[in-house]
Amino acid sequence: MAEKPRLKLPKEAKKGDVIEIKTLLAHIMESGQRKDKDGKTIPRKIINKFACEFNGKPVFAVDLEPAIAANPYMQFHAKVEESGTFKFTWTDEDGTVTTAEESITVS
Amino acid sequence: MVDRANILFSEYDLNKQLTMAMVGVMIIREEFSMRQLSRRDALALGVSGAALTLIGLDERASAAAKEAADQIAKFTGGKTATDGKISIELPEIAENGNTVPLSVSVDAPMAADNYVSEILVVAEGNPNPGVATFHFSPMSAKAEASTRIRLATTQNIIAVAKTSKGEFFTGQKLVKVTIGGCGG
Repeated sequence: MAEKPRLKLPKEAKKGDVIEIKTLLAHIMESGQRKDKDGKTIPRKIINKFACEFNGKPVFAVDLEPAIAANPYMQFHAKVEESGTFKFTWTDEDGTVTTAEESITVS
Repeated sequence: MVDRANILFSEYDLNKQLTMAMVGVMIIREEFSMRQLSRRDALALGVSGAALTLIGLDERASAAAKEAADQIAKFTGGKTATDGKISIELPEIAENGNTVPLSVSVDAPMAADNYVSEILVVAEGNPNPGVATFHFSPMSAKAEASTRIRLATTQNIIAVAKTSKGEFFTGQKLVKVTIGGCGG
């Protein structure tokens, strides 16, 4: 995948804090419903899975359908008890995987 | 002619509108088969054609709603979902159906032994009603997620939440869409 996913989450937090995480991936999310100017259906190409893990444990995940708008944006929360790394994974229906990581220091 | 319609309707369990339209077309076909169409006849044919198309559209709309219901039934395993606890945030009017902000949240604890594990979102009026399934864990802390979705037309958005204890809650919201977002 060409562009890096955009992530927004705090770099630091206190133990037990609930933090907000926002993620954005540049992706066309072609629904398979559109037709090009010759009338041919533009083939479907979508991200169908998004997952967020913290220190290897699942936090949040989404099964996406073509109804998710282009450049899929996901916002959710996580409770942090220790320092560690969030890992985000986007999986395209064709198998392509995009990942990103962000660390957080929890005191 | 009405008797014919009634027989078709009761024997074959067809949609009443469709039955009437079918009989209408049969009548017209009988009248027109052997002679040239006058302008009035052509107009009548056109109107019945249009009526059939409209009924076709109506069928498609109810097909999408049925598929949405099927997806929900699959999610709940046939169990009934209680109304409430879910709130769906969507604009009253979506100016651009290509990107409509959506938030779903469930007013429920997220304890290790009792948390919202999934929320299913379906759009009754989209060609593919499935929108997303959100998966949560106790670490999510809040059973809440936001994203942006595509809506083809004015319709009901339905959300169903599942808890780790196997309970189901549901809610829905009507969104008016001015420009549809499915490329149609």
